[in-house]
Amino acid sequence: MSTAAPAYTAGEEQVVAIEERQPAGLRQLVFDHPRILIGLLLLLVLVFVALLAPWISPHNPLAVNPDDARLSPGAGHVMGTDELGRDVLSRVMWGGRISLPVAFVAVGVGLTVGSLIGLTAGYRAGVTDLLLMRLIDAILAFPALILAIALVAALGPSLRNAMIAIGIVQIPVYARLTRAQVLQLKSLDFVTAARALGASPVRIIARHMLPNLLNPLIVQVSLSAAFAMLAEATLSFLGLSAPPPTPDWGFMINTGQSFLINGDWWMTVGPGAAICVAVFGFNWLGDALRDALDPRLRR
Amino acid sequence: MVEYITRRLGLMVPTAFLVTVAVFLLIHLTPGDPATVILAESYTPEAGAKIHQDLGLDKPLPQQYLLYVGRLFHGDLGRSVRNKLPVTQAIGERLSATLELGFAALIWSLLIAIPLGTIAALRRGRALDVVASGLTVAGISVPNFVLGILLILFFGLLLRVLPVGGFVALGESVPDNLSRLIMPAIALGTFGTASNMRFTRSSMIEVLNQDYIRTARAKGAGWWQVVNRHALKNALIPVVTIVGLQVGAILEGALVTETVFGWPGVGKLAVESIFSKDFPVVQGIVLLSALSFMFANLVVDLVYAWLDPRISYS
Repeated sequence: MSTAAPAYTAGEEQVVAIEERQPAGLRQLVFDHPRILIGLLLLLVLVFVALLAPWISPHNPLAVNPDDARLSPGAGHVMGTDELGRDVLSRVMWGGRISLPVAFVAVGVGLTVGSLIGLTAGYRAGVTDLLLMRLIDAILAFPALILAIALVAALGPSLRNAMIAIGIVQIPVYARLTRAQVLQLKSLDFVTAARALGASPVRIIARHMLPNLLNPLIVQVSLSAAFAMLAEATLSFLGLSAPPPTPDWGFMINTGQSFLINGDWWMTVGPGAAICVAVFGFNWLGDALRDALDPRLRR
Repeated sequence: MVEYITRRLGLMVPTAFLVTVAVFLLIHLTPGDPATVILAESYTPEAGAKIHQDLGLDKPLPQQYLLYVGRLFHGDLGRSVRNKLPVTQAIGERLSATLELGFAALIWSLLIAIPLGTIAALRRGRALDVVASGLTVAGISVPNFVLGILLILFFGLLLRVLPVGGFVALGESVPDNLSRLIMPAIALGTFGTASNMRFTRSSMIEVLNQDYIRTARAKGAGWWQVVNRHALKNALIPVVTIVGLQVGAILEGALVTETVFGWPGVGKLAVESIFSKDFPVVQGIVLLSALSFMFANLVVDLVYAWLDPRISYS
């Protein structure tokens, strides 16, 4: 991934046209766009496997068993065992319990802080806007993954710091997206009317702006969850996330890599597939949601 | 245009200032004393004091920052804690390998993306387009280290047609250099391939809907001629921007790809420096990546304005 400018940031600040219509129900939305269903199902499977891992994983993911080290996939161990004899499938199942929460927390941080900054900058305008946006520009001046890696390297490798770092690099996307929408909304008649009627800024934002911001934010959440998964996988592959022996997909690949030369492919392929499926699920869902919710693409 | 360039450069000043502050503060984010982190077990009060002195940590924070910026203006990024080499030299020695890898990755991504994106646009909604669109989502979903390992497994260990890693300088042996370049270039370039193809497709669709294309078609020009002579040049304008940003962010992907393949570039240096707590080198590389990213952004904006005269920047 030259996670070179993640694909979704490319068209940032695209203002989504606001149209008057009844919000479609979720069922209708999914019915009209079956791709959404595919993405949702894929992600639900991952979430359920991660949630139920303690009950459905065939082995203890931490149980070291030197006698069974580096067994190729077979009857007892569907995905084989790693260099310490731990069951790879069980570790892949448990791995979701690390990666998925990291992605959710990181996106939560980016979404909350970013859209608050965007709302404030867009609504207040003037000096506030200028200052806040220069701050955002400074974050954007760094390639996202480099910044995340540098932050974790400085703060010290840990799961918590990985979440913080990935969250921080997500802030600009949300800030710019929200700001652009707010600037456009501010000039519309219904907002002017609300202000003329004496509505407070908080009420205008919460009651009249947020509902119109939801669609682009929903799309962005899905796409940036994909980026967060990718970033977490990269950090843990580099050894900058959860410490061993935590079952973490990226780090499993890191250790498995040294055994590739012996032909022990299963240690890396299992967790690699898990990362790809998770990132693909979020990207696919985000793409499908954009097709469904972005009126510019509805032809 | 001149006014636009001036304004654009003016906006870069506060950003560059904040970037240097952020990079400068990086070392101070470390919980506790950086000297204890750098020295780890070999920490003694004397050695700690020496580190403080070398890195200027014994002075007040604002003074440290001013000294840091002052040195930056003289092209001095400090010295590596690990081997005492000037940071600029440490990075400079590794830069050519990274540039070679990045260039190859870019060529790979464009060779695939532009033809496929164009064909997908021409056959919009048909099977080929659907397959291509699915592939692009897949392409941006495979982390480059996973793709790199799959390539190593398949071409390096199963088919045994390519060496699994390492580096031979271009000057030593061209074939050996190129055979080691192929897999990392594909691993690094594929993410870009997917997003470039997406951009080519959507922008080509937009151009193909224009009146002048219809006119050209009505005059009897075939699709190939229309695409080649009329559409492609205009369709590639947005692609230029995304490619420019990819070039600016080349270090980002190189970091992991170089680690997987043992490619001795700046990315690998960054990872090594992170683990040996070589803060000056890490800071230097982060600063370099931010500056090149900012510069790429600027160039892209200017090229964009130049390529598409309809865009006005007043």
